Amino acid sequence: MIELRSLTKVYPGGVKALDALDLEVRDGEFFALLGPSGCGKTTLLRTIAGLETATSGQVVIGGRDVTNVQPGGRDVAMVFQDYALFPHMDVTDNISYPLRIKKVPRAVRADKAREVGERLGLERLMDRRPGQLSGGQQQRVALARVMATQAQAFLFDEPLSNLDARLRLEARTFLKKLQRELGVTTVFVTHDQAEALAMADRMAVMDAGHIRQIGTPAEVFQRPANTFVAAFIGSTPMNLLDGVVRGDTLEVAGSSVPVPASAAGRLTDGEKIVYGVRPEYLTYSAEPVPGALRGEVVLTESLGASHLVTLEAAGETVQVIVAEGSEPELGDLGHAVPRADRSLVYRDGELV
Amino acid sequence: MALETSRPDGTKTETPAAPVRSYSTDAAGLGTRRALGFVAPALVLIALFLVFPALWVIVLGLTNYSLTGAAAADPGFVGLDSFVRALGDGRFYNSTWLTFQFVLGSAVIGQAILGFTLAKVLQGRIKPFVEGLVILAWILPGAVVAFLWVALLDRDSGSLNALLGIPGFAWLIDHPMLSIIIFNTWRGTAFSMMLYGAALGNVPPSQLESARLAGASGWQQLRDVIFPHIRGHILTNLLLISLWTFNDFSPFLLTAGGPDGKSEVLAVFVYKVALSGGDLGYGAAVSTVILLINLVVAVFYLRLLRTRR
Amino acid sequence: MTRFVLRRIGYYTFVAVVLAFFALPLLWLLTAPFTDTPTYRVEWPDFTFANFATIWEHPYALGSLLNSVILAGGTAVIVVALSALAAYALSRVRIPGRDALLYTLLLLSSIITGTAAMVPLFQLAVTAGLIDSQLGLVLIMTGGLLPAAIFMLKDFMDTTPKSYEESARVFGASPLRIVWDVVVPVVRPGLATIAVWSVANVWGNFLMPYLLLSDVEKQPAAVIMYTLYTEGGSPNLRLLSTFGLLYSVPVVLMYLFVSKKYGFRFHGGIKR
Repeated sequence: MIELRSLTKVYPGGVKALDALDLEVRDGEFFALLGPSGCGKTTLLRTIAGLETATSGQVVIGGRDVTNVQPGGRDVAMVFQDYALFPHMDVTDNISYPLRIKKVPRAVRADKAREVGERLGLERLMDRRPGQLSGGQQQRVALARVMATQAQAFLFDEPLSNLDARLRLEARTFLKKLQRELGVTTVFVTHDQAEALAMADRMAVMDAGHIRQIGTPAEVFQRPANTFVAAFIGSTPMNLLDGVVRGDTLEVAGSSVPVPASAAGRLTDGEKIVYGVRPEYLTYSAEPVPGALRGEVVLTESLGASHLVTLEAAGETVQVIVAEGSEPELGDLGHAVPRADRSLVYRDGELV
Repeated sequence: MALETSRPDGTKTETPAAPVRSYSTDAAGLGTRRALGFVAPALVLIALFLVFPALWVIVLGLTNYSLTGAAAADPGFVGLDSFVRALGDGRFYNSTWLTFQFVLGSAVIGQAILGFTLAKVLQGRIKPFVEGLVILAWILPGAVVAFLWVALLDRDSGSLNALLGIPGFAWLIDHPMLSIIIFNTWRGTAFSMMLYGAALGNVPPSQLESARLAGASGWQQLRDVIFPHIRGHILTNLLLISLWTFNDFSPFLLTAGGPDGKSEVLAVFVYKVALSGGDLGYGAAVSTVILLINLVVAVFYLRLLRTRR
Repeated sequence: MTRFVLRRIGYYTFVAVVLAFFALPLLWLLTAPFTDTPTYRVEWPDFTFANFATIWEHPYALGSLLNSVILAGGTAVIVVALSALAAYALSRVRIPGRDALLYTLLLLSSIITGTAAMVPLFQLAVTAGLIDSQLGLVLIMTGGLLPAAIFMLKDFMDTTPKSYEESARVFGASPLRIVWDVVVPVVRPGLATIAVWSVANVWGNFLMPYLLLSDVEKQPAAVIMYTLYTEGGSPNLRLLSTFGLLYSVPVVLMYLFVSKKYGFRFHGGIKR
C-alpha cells in the first residue's frame, strides 16, 4: 500500500534526515515508526504526506508514484500532534472541512459529519468549538475528520503524546480497536516503545535517518537485530554484557553460559561478542545452576507485581525480574538462568 | 538518476526514476513567487511614501528650493552650501543645544528615572490607579495634552500657580525649556515605566532574597542584583526614548519655539525655517542631519537588541 | 524603628506628589467641560452638559472629528491588509533576503520620522498637487506605520502553529484557500491589535495633517484642537474643554478594550 524506495532527504545544511530508506507498509496494517528524538521518524511521516519533499528516491501510495505530487493530491489524511482543529469552526465544520474542499454539497457534508461523529461518540458535542472540548474529545474530533475523508491511508504524528498519562492507555486501546474496525492502512509515529509494541502490527525502529529493524512487536522484542534496537525496546533495558567465545560456551561477566542455538556454528573461538538477554527472560535461583550468570544482589526495585533485582557480577550489572514473594536479600549470591531461545549474541552490534 | 528495483522473478534491474521535482514546502504551499506577490504591495507603499521622501530630502538639501523669492520659480543645485551654512548658523547651534537639553532632561533623566522609580516603588492598591494616570498621560492626543498644560501653566489662572501660590508666574514665557522638559517627562514616562516594570519582573526573586538574607540594604540590592539584570534594558530604553524625544514635535504645540527661539528644538527649527520661512533647501539640509543622527542611534539600538535577543 | 517610619513617610509623600503631578493636568479635562463658565483653573464642576452645544455651533469642530475617523479608519484598513499579507509571507516562506529585509524595515521606521520627513513630504505634496488630499495623507501615514506593523504581525504569526495550514493542505486545500479559511481567522487577534494601534497613532497625529491639509474642512481634530487655542482672541474654553474631551474619549476606550480583550500590555518589547 505504501512503499518507500531508497528514500533520501538531505536538508540544505547537509544534514541527512533520511538515508536511502526502503519500507513497505501492507494494506490495512497499523504500522509504527519508532525511534528517539531526531531519528527522522516525523520527517519520514511528513515526506509520505508530502509536507517535505524527498531529495531522491520514491514514495509510492496505492501503486501510484506520488513523489512529486503535492500534499493534497496523495489521498492520505493526517492527524497532527496538536490535532490542528480549527479554533473558529465548530466540531461539525471541522469534521466536514475536508469534504468542503472536495466541494461536497452542504447537506451531504453535514450527514457524513454526523455519521462519523456518532461512530466516535461525539453526538452531543457537534456544536461546540475545539476550545470547549477536553483533550480526549479533541483527539476524537481529529480522528473523525480524517475518517470523513475516506482516504486510503492515515498518518498519525504522535497521536497519544498530548493526552494525560491516564487517558493515554484508554486511548491506546481505543485507537487500536478503531483501526482494526476501519481496516485503513495507518502509519503512526511515536517515541514511546511501549506504545508501539502495544498498538502496531509491524514497526520500523529508526535511528539517525536509518531504519534499524522492521518487524512485528514480537520479533523486535524477542530478537532485536542490533544492540541499538535491543537497548531501545523494552520497559526494562536488556542486559548487554561483554563476553568472549570459549568453544560452545560464552564467558560472560565471570560466568559461563551456553552458546544459544541460533548462533551455533557461527562463532569463532576467542572472539569478543556482546551477550544479550532480557531481565524478563532470566530466572533467578538462589541455588547454583550450571550455565547461569552468578552475582551478588546489590539492589531490588519493586515493579508492583514483580521485582527488578540487580546483580553485580565481575564488575558488570545483570538485572533479573523476580516474581513477588521470591525477592532475595541484599548481599545474597544469586544465579540468573537465561532462557535458551531468548538469549542473543551480538557481534559488532549486529545479531549473530 | 536510476533506481535499483526487483522484478517479480527476483532479478534486479535498473529503472530510470522520475527526477524529484520539488514543490514549495512552506506551510500553506504558497511558494516563493506568490509570497513575493504578498509582500510587494506593502513594499511598494513603503518605498514610495517612506523611503523615497527620505532619499529626496538629501537631494533637496543640495538645492536652494524655496517657497518664496527668486529660487521658488527657478530652483537650482547649490551643492553642500546649505550644510556649510548650517555649520555657521547660530540659530542652528542654539537649536541643537536646546534639543540636547530637551533629550537629556526629559528623556534620559526625566522619563527614565521617574519610570524606573515608579516601576520599582509602587505597590498595593494605589499602584494600578497611579499607573492608569501615567498611561492616560501617554495615550491622550498630543494636541489635547498640550492644551492641558497651557491651561495648567497659565500665568494668571492656571492651576499650578494657584496650587503653588505664585500667581502671575509666567512658566511658558520665562522658563520655556523647563516647561517643555517637565511636560515631556509627564507625557512619556509611561513607556519607560512599563518597560522597567517588565524588566524588573524578570529579575529572579530568589536572587533578591539571597541578597537580603546576606544583609544587603535596598540600595545594595539595587546595585548588585537588579542593575546587572536590567543593564541591557536600560541602555536600549534610553536609546529609544532619546531617539523619540530628539524627533518630538510637541514643543511646537506648547511654545511654538518661543519666546524668541528660546525653546526652539530642532524639530521646531526645521518647521520654522522651511515651512514658515519657506527656505526648503536649508530646511532639507538640517533634516538630513537629523536623519543621519537618527540613523546612528537606531543602528546602535538595533545592534544592542540583536546581541541581547 | 524611626528609619522605617521615615521611609514610610517618604514613600507616601512620593506617591502623593506623583499622583498630583499626573492628575492635575488631567483634572481640567474632567471638570472644565462640565463647569458653567470654565476658567483655566480646576474647579468643582456644576455637572452641566450645556457646554457641549458649542461643538455643534462651531462650523468645523464636529466635521474635524469625522475627518479624524476617516483618516484613522482608512489608514488602519490599508495597514492591516497590506501588513497581514506581507507578514504572513515573511513568516511562512523563506524568501531570499528575508532577514535583511526585516532588519531594514525596522531601521527605516525608526529613522524616518515625521520631523525628518516633513520638508520633503511638504515639497513633494506641493509639487504633485497633493496638498489637501486626504488619500495622500492616508498613504503617507500608512507608509510610516507599515514597517513596524509588519514586524509586529510577523512576530505574532511566527508563534501561531503551522499545523493548521499543513492540516488543511493535506486535506487538499489550495494555498489561497488556506489563507482565507484558516490563517485569517486564527490571526484575528493580531490583526485587531494592529488595527487599534494604527488608529491610535493616526488619531493623535498632529504634524502630518497640519502640514498637508490646508482646507479647514478637511482637517482632523488634532489640527482643529490646536487652532482653537492658538487662533487670535481669548480661547473659547467651553469649546476647548468639551471638544478636547470628546476628541480624547475614543482613544481611551480603544485602549481599555484592547487591554481587556487581548491583554495587550505593551512591555516595551521585552519577552515575559
